[in-house]
Amino acid sequence: MKSNVGKLLSTAAIAATISTGAAAATLDDVKAKGFIQCGVSQGVPGFSNADSNGEWSGIDVDACRATAAAIFGDAQKVKFTPLSAKERFTALQSGEIDILARNTTWTYTRDTSLGLDFTTTNFYDGQGFMVRKDLGVESAKDLDGATVCTEQGTTTELNMADFFRKNKLSYVPVVVQKADEALSAYSSGRCDVFTTDKSGLAAHRSKLSDPSAHVILPETISKEPLGPVVRHGDNQWKDIVTWAMFVQVNAEEMGITSKNVEKIKTETIDPEIKRLLGAEGDMGAQLGLPASWAYDIIAKVGNYGEVFERNVGPSTPVNLPRGLNALWTEGGIMYAPPVR
Amino acid sequence: MSNKTKPNNSLLNDAGTRALIFQLLLLSVVVFVGYFLFTNLQNNLDNRGISTGFAFFNEPAGFPILIHLIEYTDSGTYGRAFAVALINTFVISLLGIALATVIGVVIGLARLSNNWLVARLATVYVETLRNLPLLLQMFFWYFAVLAALPAPANSYEFADFLLNKRGIYSPNPIFQDGFGVVVVGFILSIVAAVALIVWAKKRQTKTGLWFPAYWSSLGLIVAITFLALVISGFPIEFDLPEKSRFNISGGMVLPPEFVAVLIALSTYTGAFIAEIVRAGILSVNWGQTEAARSLGLRDSLTQRLIVLPQALRVIIPPLTSQYLNLAKNSSLGAAIAYPELVSVVMGTTLNQTGQAIETIGLCMLVYGSLSLTISMFMNWYNKKMSLIER
Repeated sequence: MKSNVGKLLSTAAIAATISTGAAAATLDDVKAKGFIQCGVSQGVPGFSNADSNGEWSGIDVDACRATAAAIFGDAQKVKFTPLSAKERFTALQSGEIDILARNTTWTYTRDTSLGLDFTTTNFYDGQGFMVRKDLGVESAKDLDGATVCTEQGTTTELNMADFFRKNKLSYVPVVVQKADEALSAYSSGRCDVFTTDKSGLAAHRSKLSDPSAHVILPETISKEPLGPVVRHGDNQWKDIVTWAMFVQVNAEEMGITSKNVEKIKTETIDPEIKRLLGAEGDMGAQLGLPASWAYDIIAKVGNYGEVFERNVGPSTPVNLPRGLNALWTEGGIMYAPPVR
Repeated sequence: MSNKTKPNNSLLNDAGTRALIFQLLLLSVVVFVGYFLFTNLQNNLDNRGISTGFAFFNEPAGFPILIHLIEYTDSGTYGRAFAVALINTFVISLLGIALATVIGVVIGLARLSNNWLVARLATVYVETLRNLPLLLQMFFWYFAVLAALPAPANSYEFADFLLNKRGIYSPNPIFQDGFGVVVVGFILSIVAAVALIVWAKKRQTKTGLWFPAYWSSLGLIVAITFLALVISGFPIEFDLPEKSRFNISGGMVLPPEFVAVLIALSTYTGAFIAEIVRAGILSVNWGQTEAARSLGLRDSLTQRLIVLPQALRVIIPPLTSQYLNLAKNSSLGAAIAYPELVSVVMGTTLNQTGQAIETIGLCMLVYGSLSLTISMFMNWYNKKMSLIER
């Protein structure tokens, strides 16, 4: 049981860390070791997934890459730790990783009692259900008596229980330790329904042998704001991760992309853009970063729209619409405070 | 040495005192290290704002559990979920131990069989099962064997039993008024059976006359219980499993998660037990068998009365380790959705509450006590079976 050994070790690590100076200055630690240790999933296409060469890509991966670009000016200075849902918080608490970017839902309990801080939301999601098309189910309300497969240790488990209880429907829960095994239990016919966040459903569906034989039901049964998480108490580090995301959203709003950022930096007369790209003043100093931090994020990783299109957009197998994740100016709720 | 005039009688030279001093030193080191680790843990938890304690036990858990032998709903508490998981772990361990023992004895005897084919088949079984990782075997049973069964709509049907990839469905007995008569009849029949066995044994010691006590007591139990059923007019109704839109509704179900874990645990451990049984039997001197035969005992009696009791002395200690292994290996069930302790407490509970140290500590405590209980029982049994010298 690798995961449990890992957990025990992490627990032992909490126990053994000498208390002085453990909580503060993640930035100094990261600068000293020369890379960011980033906790990601064990494979959710579009969010964090390794290809056959071991190259990681996805929205969550890009959150870590953006932070690395801001600090080092190099988006490749990240090492990834694949974590199961139940290992992830312990790994962050114990200092094994610096950022947890593992499609993790921001909830009250997690934010307040785990010694962790959620930085910002990089994907607005909601839980849904996937069923086989030939069952002829049109609504989640028709699922009375169904067998439901899901991954263990997620908000999904609780939302599912709440949904069926609220609608007075009976169901049989099959809770599997890893997402991949939950999916194979679903595809082998052990379950009628597979449930997780809708983005996850789309991603998992793309892994099935015949994706078109499965439908995602229209109901969204929960709010799932997903975002990177850091340890509680290190405000500087939290600010860096938060603003790495805000910069990407602002860049999309201002029309700055990885392609034109060089040109805009030299040609623009807009003071706001000049401030953002470090052509004027030194916005990086307050964060302990170089003046070019925002420029590096955009040049190396791209703005939020580019990240979205590249990883989960219509041209990818995951094929998700922008929906809630469109900019606030375009009907979505992606909104970032101004850089000033 | 010899011409030392004044022996040094100081306390420091006293062997007992010295030993005591060293013991105290060691103890203080242990206490200090323990204290350091504990306070350091406390500090770190405080620094990181991680809340501690077992208060979450009374909070509603809000997550479902597939298999629960006691009442459990989604609104049950974490404490209740813990109890459910604990029972699931006990049930799978005890059933696994019972089944593994039966398999082990049968295969062990088969390996010693004079029948060439039986002996070879048993060898193949042992060598295959004990050389493959247990987790792999669980995945095999769950994903390859049980998942290959038909969908609920095309279930295999035998009488009122259904078999499909969602499990084994059987009629669920619902006891009506008057079932108490049957229960009383059953208890009475057991009392009668025990009395019969005791009487037969006494008579045999006294007169040497043999009476088929086991078979006749079995007959007694069946007959009396059946009589009680007839008298009370069969006060049982059955809730039959029926096909519904998605699943089978009604009846009782053995989910594939449970079946896969039980098969994997018992066949795997059974292979090890088979070797232990074989070793135990081979360790009994052939002279014992020859002596029994020359006294005129039948082969079956020779085995039961002469060989096995002596073999047990060799078998029990390693058998205990296998039982302990099985109980601990039951935690692998978490990988295929069997809701035992590791899955429910170290999986879901840990993740929802974030109480890593409490939940992991609790699991260690439970497995520790389970193993110690099995150990204590087996040690008692071992003592009972050991050679009593006269």
